[in-house]
Amino acid sequence: MTPTTHATQRQPRWLRSWWYHAAFYAQTWRGSVASSILFPILYLASLGVGVGHLVTAHTGLVEGQTYLHFIAPSLLATTTMQLGEGESLWPVLASVKWIRTYHAAAATPLEPDDILFGKLAWVATRAFVTSIIYTIIVGCFGALTSWWSLTLPLIGVLITLAFSAPLVAYAAAAQSDASFTTLYRFAFVPMFLFSATFYPVSAYPGYLRPVVQFFPLYHGVALVRAAAYGRGSLAIQLAHVAVLVGLAVTGVLWGRRTMRRRLTD
Amino acid sequence: MTNDYVLEARRLVKRFGDFEAVRGIDLSIERGESFGFLGPNGAGKTSTMRMISAVSQPTEGTITIFGLDPSTHGPEIRQRLGIVPQEDSLELELSVRLNLEMFGRYFDLPRRVVRERATELLEFTQLSERANEKVDNLSGGMKRRLTIARGLINRPEILILDEPTTGLDPQARHLLWDRLYRLKREGVTLIITTHYMDEAEQLCDRLVVMDRGTIVAEGAPRSLIDRYSTREVVELRFASDNHEAFHDRLAPFAERLEILPDRVLLYVHEGDATLREIHASGITPSSALVRRSSLEDVFLHLTGRSLSD
Amino acid sequence: MPTRALPLFGTRRSLRVLERNALVYRSQWLMLLSGFFEPLFYLLSIGIGLNHLVGAISVHGRLVNYATFVAPGMLATSAMNGAMIDSIFNTFFKLKISHTYDALLATPLEVEDVALGEVWWALVRAAIYAASFIVCMVLLGDAGSPWVVLCWPGAILTSFAFSCLGLAACTYIRSWQDFDLVTLVQLPLFLFSATFFPITLYPKWLGAIVSVSPLYQSATLLRGLALGQFDWIMVGRSAYLVILAFVGLHVASRRFRKILTP
Repeated sequence: MTPTTHATQRQPRWLRSWWYHAAFYAQTWRGSVASSILFPILYLASLGVGVGHLVTAHTGLVEGQTYLHFIAPSLLATTTMQLGEGESLWPVLASVKWIRTYHAAAATPLEPDDILFGKLAWVATRAFVTSIIYTIIVGCFGALTSWWSLTLPLIGVLITLAFSAPLVAYAAAAQSDASFTTLYRFAFVPMFLFSATFYPVSAYPGYLRPVVQFFPLYHGVALVRAAAYGRGSLAIQLAHVAVLVGLAVTGVLWGRRTMRRRLTD
Repeated sequence: MTNDYVLEARRLVKRFGDFEAVRGIDLSIERGESFGFLGPNGAGKTSTMRMISAVSQPTEGTITIFGLDPSTHGPEIRQRLGIVPQEDSLELELSVRLNLEMFGRYFDLPRRVVRERATELLEFTQLSERANEKVDNLSGGMKRRLTIARGLINRPEILILDEPTTGLDPQARHLLWDRLYRLKREGVTLIITTHYMDEAEQLCDRLVVMDRGTIVAEGAPRSLIDRYSTREVVELRFASDNHEAFHDRLAPFAERLEILPDRVLLYVHEGDATLREIHASGITPSSALVRRSSLEDVFLHLTGRSLSD
Repeated sequence: MPTRALPLFGTRRSLRVLERNALVYRSQWLMLLSGFFEPLFYLLSIGIGLNHLVGAISVHGRLVNYATFVAPGMLATSAMNGAMIDSIFNTFFKLKISHTYDALLATPLEVEDVALGEVWWALVRAAIYAASFIVCMVLLGDAGSPWVVLCWPGAILTSFAFSCLGLAACTYIRSWQDFDLVTLVQLPLFLFSATFFPITLYPKWLGAIVSVSPLYQSATLLRGLALGQFDWIMVGRSAYLVILAFVGLHVASRRFRKILTP
């Protein structure tokens, strides 16, 4: 046990945090596979096929698509949003307060920034893999009609980060999880239901449509649909991207402050 | 600054808002030394530990560790430190071995090295048989040992332990102390906080007594006792509730007198002789005990409070 | 002298457990209140978008709009989810993490009282949630008929069945990871128990499988009640839920005893 120095591998420090999260996930992945792959399929079968049958009988096509094809891409957006939410609130609060594994990490060469970037990089990785699998599933249901669909995994990552980055920042500063449930009920559930996910935005009366645009998920849904069908102007899509990137960047900047304060005070 | 010191701190202050947890302390710790912080809860020990772990920044003052400044060389310093926090902060859902291996990767150690060291450390902390079990199933003492093993995964030059044996049963404590002795023999510098007197006397070459954010005394355990206390102590209990009433009658027998709610302490050179004199003078305590002075008495003398308060 | 309320399943002392839970949750009333909004959001969303897309649906010859069709199913689902969360997640925490029950059993309470007490508590919460859901249905015009008030006892019965089943399931859970399995049961029930579309859309064999689902029985029962379409099958559906409840409670009591007093 004599103190010795060892030849270091020169792996960037944030990547070590990424590895840690990955190694942890490798032990606990089973349940989340069901939720990230099986659940979207079940939703598609129930709403897309079942309710889709009713819609086709009554209305026919929705925005030029069958109902199944209409909602399939938007479920990619909701799934990646939920991935970002689920990974960022309770797990982070547990790591900085209940089990304090991030404090243990901060006692190693890692800096708070490294821990934050490693975490977000890991969440992004999961989002990327989930989106690829999901894109294939949606493709099998025949809902992809454009080469732009190839960008869906990247859009999935962007949506996840737009939620994950601010929520990690928030959780890193939180004292208890009391507000998390409220956040779910009053922010995430309404966003899930009212972001033109299950029906076109034209269903809203005109005065409500601008309100819907305040939901970050709405921009994700719009972007995902545009990519799936290769429709809509590029300028508008870039505006959607800008909203999501803005959220992610704000979250990262905020998170650097809260994580540092939490781990070094 | 001389090269003998692995850690030096000057006028260290830590404030949280209006609250001043650490109020200007100086420290110099030599390589291979085992150094203790002794004090009750809230004395500022943990805040000090976090600053000398290169994790939290001091509000005022300077620290150098291995001759480096933590505010600019945090990662380099922590690469050479082992830290055992007060809470174990282990991954409860994962296996014992995996906890060590995953942590080792934080130090950028190659996988092969991490695996070898984990095996070695599990042996060292007597956890080899539980290597594949979930941490959640371990006893408190085993979790503590695993946390120490985790702190050693990078072969640190300094091992910093915050209250290493709080909440453990006597058997688990002695096992832990034994492991810490061995590390010390191997040349690891140990920095320990504790509010247990016996632990400080057993483990520390030198210690500082902290109270309300300041250092009130510094030295080897024995020399602190010699300096701040007498050789022996007579502890008397009386059937009466009013121990204060005995003050004037007992004062002539002792160098110093402490009246506690449940007993009276007389600081003397020859305990048995004093006790005989007391009995001869017609004072009849309900129980009497003669013992050697300990760090507890030093603390009582310096702060006027007992450590367990 | 213990007064036996339900000879097999505990005594009146179980009400002490109810009291304890009510006290603990008193500080979390905001969370209870916020539970009112979730069904409101769902009904509102369906009313805005899907009513228009799906059009009217025929239920035993009566045409109703889509939200009216879906609302009783959502009520049944919310009763199920509420009961499952309380009886599985919270009970697991008390049983295996915080060891709340070990402290309770140091009093005259028996294991069966503890299990039954948790069911009482689940029913009190269910009654509050169901009432607020029915108010939402009426406010949004999704009620179907004045008989909708009968959905209140119907939803409480649903909660009763699912909390007893949940209580039994909870004793088999080993760690937090197992909760994914719970969701794995919950979600398919929610999506395929004729909540979003009539059972007649399924092929016959699949419909037979769906009809075993307690949520299907509950949703269909509540839909009949909401629309005031009464028939004798309702008695059968209710009986099915009652039987499930007692089986669950019986298993839960035995398993509780095994875990708490080994």
